[in-house]
Amino acid sequence: MARNGMFSRRRRAEKVEEYDELLPLTEATHEVHVLAVDDSLVDRIVIERLLKNTSCKVTTVDSGMRALKYLGLDEEESSVSIDGLKVDLIITDYCMPGMTGYDLLKKIKGSSFREVPVVIMSSENVLARIDRCLEEGAEDFLLKPVKLADVKRLKSYMFNEDRFRGEEKGMNKRKLPESSSDDSSTPTLSPSPSSLDLSSTPSPPSTSSPSSPKAAFSSSLSTDSPTHSTDSSMPCSPTSPTRRLKMSSQDL
Amino acid sequence: MLGLGVERLRADMNRLLALLFHQGVLDEQFLQLQQLQDESSPNFVSEVVNIYFQESEKLLRNLRSLLMDRELSDYKKMGVHLNQFIGSSSSIGAKRVRNVCVAFRVASEQNNRLGSLRALELLEHEYCYLKNKLHELFQIEQQRLLAAAVRYPVQH
Repeated sequence: MARNGMFSRRRRAEKVEEYDELLPLTEATHEVHVLAVDDSLVDRIVIERLLKNTSCKVTTVDSGMRALKYLGLDEEESSVSIDGLKVDLIITDYCMPGMTGYDLLKKIKGSSFREVPVVIMSSENVLARIDRCLEEGAEDFLLKPVKLADVKRLKSYMFNEDRFRGEEKGMNKRKLPESSSDDSSTPTLSPSPSSLDLSSTPSPPSTSSPSSPKAAFSSSLSTDSPTHSTDSSMPCSPTSPTRRLKMSSQDL
Repeated sequence: MLGLGVERLRADMNRLLALLFHQGVLDEQFLQLQQLQDESSPNFVSEVVNIYFQESEKLLRNLRSLLMDRELSDYKKMGVHLNQFIGSSSSIGAKRVRNVCVAFRVASEQNNRLGSLRALELLEHEYCYLKNKLHELFQIEQQRLLAAAVRYPVQH
């Protein structure tokens, strides 16, 4: 039985009220840093391009283990927190050898990075799988092949661009003064390479830059967590996951 | 006269693309890739596709050697390769290749050797066709860029 497109957790709506500290927009334009996990090289390249196209900084890795290593969560170095590592979103393939995306999700949700939204990608449209991931705390579920519209939708409701409420279905319900909030008060240094492929193959060098001032978006301002949580409310959009499911089941 | 060449080449490209879509060789995901190509990554499509070709040929070699092993055909391993092949094909919009992989996977799940062999042959055939056509497409694109450059030489 299909859900009503509510693939994101509703409790996000409650976080809306928590902000009392707003930085002027002229502060550092915070680029969303996404960690993409996929064992397929082709898919890593495509997802990287999709994310860069929406002005994100991207780091790609080829396995769950490498993702944990990157985040400093691998058991070898016991709880070494990497100073200055800032990841705003983790997007991972479900089907991977060794550690599946689901396993990775669980590990992340049980770690200091639990506030970071995790999105699962899968080529299989299995409702039970989707449910399981959402129950474990996944923010959303994308059906492969991932399209630009999917990434844009994701980005818009997770990292709401206050200045463009009209553009993306007005997800943001926060009442803000003219200057929208920006990066949090936790001073961190984002990893400098804009694109980093930490698998065995070398990645094509590329630079990622926001296309326009509208790329300044805000994220959560919780000061104690090392990363940002999302602050979106309603995720419903014309291309909601349920609609996608219906559409994809029709085209064989 | 070179100016005419550009337009004709563009028309050739579009005609070829239309044909490939019509034949179901490519689907809209390929268009999505083209959409992602811009000034910051002007060769994106051919780069991804070339990587797809490299990966695919590895997979095809593996599939063939697994199937040719008369002692013990490791169908499970074939399934793993096929899943990868299905995924990457779908990511670049190689619809027909993907569909043959799916059928192949069904045969391998049933440990159906004959069916798998047939599927492998069909897969190799479809893959060859796709590769040839995409190479053709990229060649036309290259020629078009060259013709356009001559027509509008860049002054340094």
